[in-house]
Amino acid sequence: MTIDLAHAGPPALAAFLASTVEFVEALTVVLAVGGVRGWRDTLFGAAVAVLVLALLTAVLGPALTLIPLRMAQVIVGVLLLLFGLRWLRKAVLRAAGVLALHDETAAYAKERELMLKLGARASGFDAVAFGAAFQICMLEGTEVVFIVIAVSAGGAGLILPASVGALAAFLIVTALGFVLHRPMARVPENTLKFIVGVILSGFGAFWVGEGVGVDWAGADLAILGLVGGFAVVSLAAVPICKLRAARAAEARA
Amino acid sequence: MAWIVGVAKEIWGLFVDDIGLAVASLVWVALIWLGARWLGEAAGPALFAGLALILLTSALRRAGQ
Repeated sequence: MTIDLAHAGPPALAAFLASTVEFVEALTVVLAVGGVRGWRDTLFGAAVAVLVLALLTAVLGPALTLIPLRMAQVIVGVLLLLFGLRWLRKAVLRAAGVLALHDETAAYAKERELMLKLGARASGFDAVAFGAAFQICMLEGTEVVFIVIAVSAGGAGLILPASVGALAAFLIVTALGFVLHRPMARVPENTLKFIVGVILSGFGAFWVGEGVGVDWAGADLAILGLVGGFAVVSLAAVPICKLRAARAAEARA
Repeated sequence: MAWIVGVAKEIWGLFVDDIGLAVASLVWVALIWLGARWLGEAAGPALFAGLALILLTSALRRAGQ
């Protein structure tokens, strides 16, 4: 099956951006755990999680092609929509100053403190380091796997570009982690979440629409319209939410 | 058992932050499903408009708290 760039590009970009956010969050914890408890078992835990996730993707991705396309689109579309709208809502509220921005430096310091509280590491296998790295990589990685599978729901051939996007994010973040050896606090996480939320909501609405019998004008190009629409609404929502929050604060004062 | 509950909570948290947003989105999708044939070409724009309104309402409700 061949796919052109117009079809492969959006899933690859969505998977790349979303995965970057998740990998940056995982890297912060891995760096904190490795820095305190040593690298051997921390990296071992992260590697095992990556292996488990790769197996999950290899099994779940092709399994999607076994269920009827329309049903897959409804299921994946609904999940993608809920996931995308959740990210978008949070990004809007953070941009409006209603919720605090995610701070990688603070998350790093908090994880380091937790690791230090757990005491000296054992001389042999360090289950704490392994467990902490495995858990965060599984958690963030599960989100990546879901995103890769979800943005590929439109066709069996789309899993490859989406996987390439996620893999590129993994390699870039890992390489930067090795080079910098500190959390990537300067990554504009909320901006990325905003963009990804817009893209995922657009994809989700499209797949769900396809599944429930919506006849989209412009066929697949409607995705661009949906993404643009969610972007406009979300950007407009930021100042409105800011104003609403200010008025609510005044009323409380 | 606690581990399974923990995993289930994490998965739930991936999709649901504001229960109102999630339920309203699902209800709107179901309504579009029921009315897609009657709405014709307007079904797509109606699906988007409803979801956008639900998102805006949810964010505004949180901002006002």
